[in-house]
Amino acid sequence: MNEQATTGRQVLLQGNEAMVEGALAAGCTFFAGYPITPATEISEVMSVKLPAVGGTFIQMEDEIASMGAIIGASLAGAKSMTATSGPGFSLMQENLGFACVAEVPCVVVNVMRGGPSTGLPTNVSQGDVMQARWGTHGDHPIIVLAVSSTKDCFDITVKAFNLAEKYRTPVIILSDEVVGHTREKINLPHPGEIEVIDRIRPNMPPEWYVPYEDNSRGVPPMGIFGDGYRYHVTGLIHDVRGFPTQRPDEIVPFLNRIHRKISQHFFDILMVEEELAEDAEILVVAYGSVARSAKRAVREARQRGVKAGLLQLITLWPFPRQILEPYLRKVKAVLVPELNMGQVSREVKRINQGVTRVETINRIDGNLITPEEILVRLIKM
Amino acid sequence: MAEVTKLIHKYLRHDKKFPHVWCPGCGNGIVLGALIRAIDRLGYEKDDIVLVSGIGCSGRLPVYVDFNTLHTTHGRALTFATGVKLANPKLHVIVIMGDGDATAIGGNHFIHAARRNLNLTAIIINNNIYGMTGGQYSPTTPYGALATTAVYRNIEHAFSIAELAVTAGAAMVARGTVYHANMLDKLIEKAILKRGFSVVEVVSNCHTQYGRRNKLGGAVQMLQWQKDHAVRVEKAAEMPEEELADKFTVGVLVDRDLPIYTEEYKKIREAARAKMAAMR
Ligand SMILES: Cc1ncc(C[n+]2csc(CCOP(=O)(O)OP(=O)(O)O)c2C)c(N)n1
Ligand code: SF4
Ligand SMILES: [Mg+2]
Repeated sequence: MNEQATTGRQVLLQGNEAMVEGALAAGCTFFAGYPITPATEISEVMSVKLPAVGGTFIQMEDEIASMGAIIGASLAGAKSMTATSGPGFSLMQENLGFACVAEVPCVVVNVMRGGPSTGLPTNVSQGDVMQARWGTHGDHPIIVLAVSSTKDCFDITVKAFNLAEKYRTPVIILSDEVVGHTREKINLPHPGEIEVIDRIRPNMPPEWYVPYEDNSRGVPPMGIFGDGYRYHVTGLIHDVRGFPTQRPDEIVPFLNRIHRKISQHFFDILMVEEELAEDAEILVVAYGSVARSAKRAVREARQRGVKAGLLQLITLWPFPRQILEPYLRKVKAVLVPELNMGQVSREVKRINQGVTRVETINRIDGNLITPEEILVRLIKM
Repeated sequence: MAEVTKLIHKYLRHDKKFPHVWCPGCGNGIVLGALIRAIDRLGYEKDDIVLVSGIGCSGRLPVYVDFNTLHTTHGRALTFATGVKLANPKLHVIVIMGDGDATAIGGNHFIHAARRNLNLTAIIINNNIYGMTGGQYSPTTPYGALATTAVYRNIEHAFSIAELAVTAGAAMVARGTVYHANMLDKLIEKAILKRGFSVVEVVSNCHTQYGRRNKLGGAVQMLQWQKDHAVRVEKAAEMPEEELADKFTVGVLVDRDLPIYTEEYKKIREAARAKMAAMR
């Protein structure tokens, strides 16, 4: 995570508002969205701030349209973003897959609320971890980041844009109702203090440009509409020129490349925070707002002589397996508290393969897991 | 070189996978020809044109031409086009859709794009059927017609695409046919030039999936039908209603000046800047 600058401007912001600040700092110039609790403030603040910096905000007719619009804008050179919650996130899935296959950078925020369906519109949840990974059809690569604080909402949104640009991929940010609506004081760094990454553009003569050609990074340079590199963009599986193909010898390398461009850069994409984890006997694995409760619980457990530690996941997908595995061999038990019926814990158990004991706390009543709940369990464990 | 050969050399992607996917005699090729002639007359740079399409036989049209081409998802072409245009208003953004694409799955986007009035050109190839998926009924399949999902007969009532666009607020709406190919390229040219959201509904033929099943003959007979049933808007205005019963109008249905979204948005930017400056 970015080190927070100390020289910046101190402000009191909601998580949702901080996301807008992060997006603008990262160079976002286009936002399309459709109102939905608890993400609406992101649209509202975008509609105020984007035009002031020369960008464009548009409220589309639904989330399908919002997703389409941000892809179109990105292809025409803008850094683009949308924000929604569960029901809208479901509607975005088809076009999200398009962005994966056509390799269009963009950022999709899902401020999670209780589901399924209309669910619990004003309550917190972490029910969309698996949808974020597998929501669109077919095997596809994706990057999913989780935020746990107002500061994260700024920093991780900048990161999300950077990763999207660097790897030509949609990046999903999972926030939740508590993070989105909690007001906290943060330092907004000055523009020059933030690392901002832009997509690599082609610089060869246009007639040499092969838009989907593999290279050592697995990420081809991206021509944008109007810059002279005319090419074809499609959701069909395509050859290196961008044209639809049904040839096995073109299909397989393409699908392998778009997966490899993420897996090959795993350690660049991977973000976790460790708190008292090094010598921990019980490891709490948490993310999002629950990680806040977990942090406090772990500290208090230490005061009571329980050697607990926290592994906070910021990158949820690709799953930080390489970080988790050494812990699994070291600790006596793992505790995964989350606001769903066991989505990240399922992945932890899958990786664990019975090496250590994995326990869970699952809360689905629309309320946050408290530090006390985690502490009580840690003491029992 | 013959004029048409020059156009072929200039605009088609030779390195691409010709032959194309369409059936011999399909109206899609005529629409592509009309579009190329219109663009050539306008003299736009190929770099400045973005051709966007949805999914269907019609949706395959952009892949053959040497513009910036974007083949999107079924029904959503206008949403992608909206993003492209807003991100770079200097680009000429032209959207190709099928009847199912534009008015069934994409119906909501279509009416809202018309209402919003971005400077986009929408060309809808209306062949009264879902061609690509093999002949299921669409929102423009006539009442009583046959389709693979209406083997007993279609009991739904058809949209008039052009009239829908007029009502939804499009700045310019025209209807042409693939039979009237010369009129078609003029309508398309006018639509591209129109500042605001313009729609050209193209009455086309899918003899393979619609004509055959409904005993309307092959491509030639279906084009003949278009010739026999099309009436120019100006002429229709002077004809009694009874005579127009089995006819449809071709030409420009509406051409009006409306505020353009991107122009309006410039003013929003100014207002936002002023507000931010005042707060500082
Ligand atoms: C979301 C989605 N639903 C269904 C389809 C399948 N599908 C492909 S083309 C098509 C119909 C196309 O009909 P139309 O828009 O009239 O185009 P035409 O083929 O007649 O040109 C359908 C239903 C799809 N590709 N995506
Ligand atoms: S199925 Fe119909 S619309 Fe499709 S290519 Fe053949 S004739 Fe044209
Ligand atoms: Mg059709």
